[in-house]
Formats: sequence, structure tokens, C-alpha cells
Amino acid sequence: MYVAVKGGEAAIGNAHQLLAEDRRGNPDVPELSVAQIREQLSGSVDRVMTEGSVYDPDLAALALKQSRGDQVEAIFLLRAYRTTLPRLAVSLPIDTGNMKVSRRISSCFKDMPGGQLLGPTFDYAHRLIDFALEAEGAAPQAEGKGALADHLPQVVDLLNAEGLIEREQPDADDAVVGDLTREPLSFPAGRDIRLQTLARADEGYLLALGYSTQRGYARSHPFVGEIRTGEVAVEIEIPELGFAVDIGDITVTECQMVNQFVGSKSEPPKFTRGYGLAFGYAERKAMAMSLVDRALRAEELGEDITAPAQDAEFVLYHADNVEASGFVQHLKLPHHVDFQAELTLVRTMRAEIAAAEARKAELAEAAQ
Amino acid sequence: MTAQATQTDPEIGARQRRLRLLARADRATLEAALAALPAPPEWRRLKQPETGLTMVRARAGGVGQRFNLGEMTVSRCVVALEGAGQSMGVGYVQGRDCRRAELVAVFDALSQDAAGAERIERLLIAPVERKLADERRTRAAKVAATRVDFFTLVRGGD
Repeated sequence: MYVAVKGGEAAIGNAHQLLAEDRRGNPDVPELSVAQIREQLSGSVDRVMTEGSVYDPDLAALALKQSRGDQVEAIFLLRAYRTTLPRLAVSLPIDTGNMKVSRRISSCFKDMPGGQLLGPTFDYAHRLIDFALEAEGAAPQAEGKGALADHLPQVVDLLNAEGLIEREQPDADDAVVGDLTREPLSFPAGRDIRLQTLARADEGYLLALGYSTQRGYARSHPFVGEIRTGEVAVEIEIPELGFAVDIGDITVTECQMVNQFVGSKSEPPKFTRGYGLAFGYAERKAMAMSLVDRALRAEELGEDITAPAQDAEFVLYHADNVEASGFVQHLKLPHHVDFQAELTLVRTMRAEIAAAEARKAELAEAAQ
Repeated sequence: MTAQATQTDPEIGARQRRLRLLARADRATLEAALAALPAPPEWRRLKQPETGLTMVRARAGGVGQRFNLGEMTVSRCVVALEGAGQSMGVGYVQGRDCRRAELVAVFDALSQDAAGAERIERLLIAPVERKLADERRTRAAKVAATRVDFFTLVRGGD
């Protein structure tokens, strides 16, 4: 147990100064600007926004600068900042079907209306270090050719005429949507709460759990129905006006995973679905999330719960890296009193064992 | 893109369009438009500029059960013009720039009568709309250039 301590202000102040100096690095090297981080390290910025659960690229970039690039620390900073702000509105559900896509692919349907759009992807790159980036050069310009339809239909629903893929059903308009930022996690957790938890969850954790389902722990035989990344409009009801207004665009990545399902006592064979959604370009996160979302639907679909990824309490209670990091890292705070007590206990136990052995030896000697 | 809660009232529809475009104008564009007005407007704040959060909702599978995805920063301001009419204007913008929210509210207020709406349309709204359309077209062309046709090969061998 941690016991509060006093003192150490001067040392702590100096430690933070030393951190500030180290964070800056060699002063002969130009200092990074927040705008540079926002524009050129967008992968980190997007992860911090998603897991920090606040969409604000400038703020996420600043948090990354402050945390010297430590993403979990930056996520913590964003979470702490959000508690200082009032909640002004809740948006209407974003319409990902109306996304202005930068990327859109399906591994199920080769010929889909609107086509497969690779967009700005690392896929099919050779993953060779590009030493040309060591030199500063002119900003690259991508070629433009052709146009995109204004509306690209979601292919999983479009190509489901036979009804072999389960259809997602909207909830009633007056249904309550659970909110983790207002109510702590409790069980059984509905899909709304599960998806919110997974959206904020640590990417590495979700990746490992999703991977485990592919390797046979809750095998679900997944296919990528569709992945799309792009901008969606956020609309909110304006109380002063009495109608909804579109107040800006956010970039999100969506993954519609389609999973083979052999049927259960209650359901005929069909394809079921898992869903992933994250801020920014976050394909790995969205894919892993969709695998875990599907695994967590085991109970609803009448599947046996045999694997870690299907265990909602295990998955959801350990998903948040701010909580996890806090609890793991609190161990380094002074536990001196606690440890002294444990030391005394171990010494006493040892002394008791030694005394008992001495007594046994005495008795043996006396018997001879 | 049209608002999901589609309005049949043309006045509401026009205001939705205006606020959508104003919310996407950067600070410099708004300030330049303000400076270009023949008579600088005076206004008072009915609601002080303020930054807060909007919870962004989404739906499972894009169309199913609603859930809370995460929050975004948003700034807002409500103003009333001084002088005749005292038109009210609201500004809601993404991010933490309260000045942008206030300027959006001012331009919304200035657009509440037909003559004002016409002037702001020419000065600010139409150019912003054109710029966004240009950017969208350029981006869409670059994305369209990545359209791919994969050929499925016959699985061979043993």
C-alpha cells in the first residue's frame, strides 16, 4: 500500500527541470513546433486523440511534445485536460456512409460500386528505410486523376441482397446511450459501452487480443467487409436555434469485419459482424477493435465462452492504458512503510522457523 | 453535405448552409471579411465565448446501435448586433479558437436580413464554398488516382 509522504519539493522541482532540459535535447538542433508534429507525425497525433478520447489535433500534438513523444503519457495529458472542459453538446450520430473518403477497400468484394481506393497507405510498400528522407527536399505532390462519387455506399450492406450477413439494427431514438465518462463501467456491459471502451482502448492490447482470436482463441474466421478512412461531418443540435448544424469535419477510420458463423442453438448459419471506429488514420486500431467487438458478442450469439477475448470483464477492465499505466506505475511511489512492515514479517517468520529447527535438534540430541 | 435533420423550411436550410460554411472558414478569412465590411459592426455577447466538448456519437456498423465514440473540442459564442433589429447570431466551431466562434456568430447575425445575407454571401460564404469545393475536388482526384483493380489468379500447384 502507498502511504502519503511529505517533503522532496526541491528535488522534485529539479527533477522536472532536468526533464525539461532532456526533452529539449541538444539545443544546437532546432526545436520542434507543435504544427510540425501535427502535420508530420500524424500517426502519433491520431493515436493520442483516439485513446485520449478528444479529437483536437493541435492539442494532441502539444501533448506529444510535452511527453517527449511518449504516447501513453500524452494520452494521459489529454484525458486530464478534458476534465477541465464543460460538455456543450452531444452530436447526432456521424454518418460514415457519407464519408469523404481518402481510402476505401474491401477484401470480400472485388468489384464494388465506386471501386477499391488505396489512398495514402503503407500497404504494398517494401518497408525499406528510405534514406532520401534524411535530406530535406521539395514537398512531394501526388498525381490527381478522375473523380469520386459524392456518396460511396457501405458495401457490406449494399451487397447483402441475400441477407446472409447479419444486419445492424438501430436502437430506439429514446434509448439511453451509455457513457463511460459519466458512469463507471459495470456488467453486463451493452454493446454501446463495449464499443466506447474499445474505441478508447490501448491499441497494442486490442491488437494482441484481436490476434489471439485469429490464432484460435475464439476463432471467428474474419474477413474485411470494408475499411474506409476519411472526413465525416459532425452535426449538433443548437439549443439557441432549435435545429441541427454541421460544425466541422473529423477524420475517422472505420472497419466493418464480417465473420463466418456456423450457427448456434438459436441462430442459423450466417455471417456476423464486428465493428471498429477510431479518430484519424487508425486502420490497425479499427481492425483490431472490430475483431474484439465480434469476440465480445459471444454471449449474445450463443457461443461458448472459452477464450480471453470473449471475456467481457477481463477485456474491458484492462483495456484502458491510463488506468493500467497508473496502477502499474504507482508501484514506484514510496512504499517504504509497507515494505518495512513486510520486512519485519519475513524476519519474524524466519526467526520462528529457526527456533523450531533448533528445538527439533535439541530434542533429537536429548533422545540419543 | 446536407444536415441529417433535413429542413424543409428554406430559411432554416439557408442558415444551416451558412453556419456549416462559416464553421469551416479559418480565422484569417473571417478577420479579413470583417475588415472588408463598409461599416464595422458593433455587437454584444449574449453568451460569452467558451470552449468545451462535444461527445461524438456513432452507430455500430455505421447504421446500428448508437454509441459514444469520443469527444471533440468545440467553441461557441452567441451575439446580438447593436442598433436597429438587434439580430442574434450563433457561432459553433470545431476546436479551441473562441475568436472564430465569435466572428461566426457576428456574420450569422449580419445575415439575418435579406440585404445583409446577400452581402455576407458575396463577401465570405460563396468564396469559402468555392475554396472548399476546389480542395475537395483536388483531394478526390488524388484519391481516385489510387483506384485499384486486383486480378484474382487461379490457385495453382498442389
